[in-house]
Amino acid sequence: MGGLIRCLLLAAVLCTEPTWAAQDILVPAGEFKMPAKLNQKNLKVASFYIDSHPVTNAEFLEFVRQNPEWRKSKVKKLFADKSYLNYWVSDLKFGDKVMAASPVVRVSWFAAREYCAWKGQRLPSTNEWEYVALRPINNETEIKTLILEWYGRGAEWPLSNVNKSSPNNLGVHDMHGLIWEWVEDFNTSLVTGESRADGGLDKDLFCGAGASGAADPADYAAFMRFAFRSSLQAKYTVQNLGFRCAKNR
Amino acid sequence: MKYWNYKRLMLLATIAMLPPGMAMADSIKGEEVAVLTDAPNVPPQITRKHATKVIVNLETKEVKKRLADGVDYTFWTFGGSVPGKFIRIREGDQVEFHLHNHPSSKLPHNIDLHAVTGQGGGAEGSFTAPGHSSTFNFKALNPGLYVYHCATAPVGMHIANGMYGLILVEPKEGLPKVDREFYVFQSEFYTKGKYGAPGLQPFSMTKAVEENADYVVFNGSVGSLVGDNAMKAKTGETVRMFVGNGGPNLVSSFHVIGEIFDKVYVEGGKLINNNVQTTLVPAGGSAIVEFKLDTTGTFILVDHSIFRAFNKGAIGMLKVEGKEDHEVYSGKTKDGIYLPEGGVIQEIGAEAPKQIPAKTLEQKLAGGKRIYESSCFACHQSDGKGLPGAFPPLAKSDFLNNKDKSISAVIHGLEGPIKVNGKEFNSIMPAQILSDEDAANVLTYVYSMWGNSKKVVTPEDVKAVRAAGKK
Repeated sequence: MGGLIRCLLLAAVLCTEPTWAAQDILVPAGEFKMPAKLNQKNLKVASFYIDSHPVTNAEFLEFVRQNPEWRKSKVKKLFADKSYLNYWVSDLKFGDKVMAASPVVRVSWFAAREYCAWKGQRLPSTNEWEYVALRPINNETEIKTLILEWYGRGAEWPLSNVNKSSPNNLGVHDMHGLIWEWVEDFNTSLVTGESRADGGLDKDLFCGAGASGAADPADYAAFMRFAFRSSLQAKYTVQNLGFRCAKNR
Repeated sequence: MKYWNYKRLMLLATIAMLPPGMAMADSIKGEEVAVLTDAPNVPPQITRKHATKVIVNLETKEVKKRLADGVDYTFWTFGGSVPGKFIRIREGDQVEFHLHNHPSSKLPHNIDLHAVTGQGGGAEGSFTAPGHSSTFNFKALNPGLYVYHCATAPVGMHIANGMYGLILVEPKEGLPKVDREFYVFQSEFYTKGKYGAPGLQPFSMTKAVEENADYVVFNGSVGSLVGDNAMKAKTGETVRMFVGNGGPNLVSSFHVIGEIFDKVYVEGGKLINNNVQTTLVPAGGSAIVEFKLDTTGTFILVDHSIFRAFNKGAIGMLKVEGKEDHEVYSGKTKDGIYLPEGGVIQEIGAEAPKQIPAKTLEQKLAGGKRIYESSCFACHQSDGKGLPGAFPPLAKSDFLNNKDKSISAVIHGLEGPIKVNGKEFNSIMPAQILSDEDAANVLTYVYSMWGNSKKVVTPEDVKAVRAAGKK
């Protein structure tokens, strides 16, 4: 009962606090060079919508409320490892109020995908995500600096709320410095399977060793994202890995 | 097909001809969990005479720790400290390696062991997301001392943040028995602020790419092997040091001041060189050094690319107690004045180049500053703070409360244990060849700086202390 009241209160907060609710941000079509790739050709990205911030615990709670098969006691082992939502105290309670507005983490790729489908959306592709991630941040913080400082800070828990940092010039928050995010094709970035012997890897993105030939040799931060993605399997959950949704135009 | 059969027959024939003991040598007997140690400790020597299955459990963890006094750094580690845990196995062992990436890690990690023959040295088989574990197996084919490190993109950054350590594959016949073994690992750090800049220092990618290190250290931090943390041994003992270098960039000219390596296993391999003063330890490479301790003393480990030692932290200590051997080394037996031109013994000051005596305090300070910047700053640092564990501070230093002792330190030198601002130092300051006037000026300068008492030291003061002689 207490939980229900709290939930209603949260809903009220969601409605009255415009910076809090996820907005669909229209991303204009364009071209970009993938950071950290030897392949220098421009990649085309069609116009699409992306959430203004990563999915929060409160938002994900609503999803599991309506989709019991994604509650932590019910989820299939095939679709999420045993640490799925392990910081939630129970199926329908994430415990600490502070966490309502912080990004949901410890979710598998399967769960993230289902959530987006439930919202009538989908996960962004790597290209889409990286395209948005390259956009400069409004307060002119250099993205690379922001990311390297994030690594330097070590583990942060609990995670801070979404939307606390400056958005980029499209109005998208938290692409850097808060969490890692799932993308639809996370497992295509480095290798198929997990072999560094993969030909594509040697040519394109050899574990950072080929940095001198990469699109921007200084873009170590992008190497990190590729490395992180390629360490994942779809059922994995990680303490600082969440997601946001996108939509076709 | 025929060829294959031929080869196979030959192989069978060879095995049949081997004495039974040799055929058995490579077979795995039993199972054990590897004992892992933090530097400077080394796991016990292997006594078994057969190969076994060894289980190694190693955890990657990102931790905030001290890099130097007042300076913190977020280290990425194998086992919670830098360098990573020392692993000791035997040639022929079958290793089952478990790499666990702590759930609080921000990044995936893996391990490339130079002792592994196979894809990525294990990197491919151990690539692990935060909160997960990976297992792979390898056979220790080649004996030697090997570096291991993280090889996750971007490799340089993972190494620069502290992800390295040593794995020793003991040869089948074992290593000769010694009295003590130590684990010494050199590496460098690249920080946003320069050497000594306080607070939590982030990694500087720019400096790392330019190979412009702020810190060059043994065992993960400035002072980790000095003072109370120094390695200790006794005269008559033989010590063995397993020396590794993680880089990420610099090659070490490893040297122990006042010792000669009786034996160096060059690059950690089988080749033994004798009577070596300084041995190269490549980035991503190693060396094993052994020497017998013939007399007492504090033997200083340095990277003999010497500015790294005295200005960036690459200093360690081996304190040897026991019986002094004056035949091996006498210590100073006589303190005299050397005058190449002959003649009577006189004050060195009288022979110093003629200079116009400083009249005003300002002139004295200017003169003193010049001397400080040429003779003193290399050890006591330009900010007067010295180097923890090696060189005492002059800034707000309680040693300076006694003016005569301070003057004596400059003109007579100083050695042995002293306490400055509550911290122990046990080092040597050489006597400075300065005129009374110059010594007075540099001391007046030191007293005027860094919150000190602003005492004025006169040439007469210096003369008096000089006349009194060294106490």
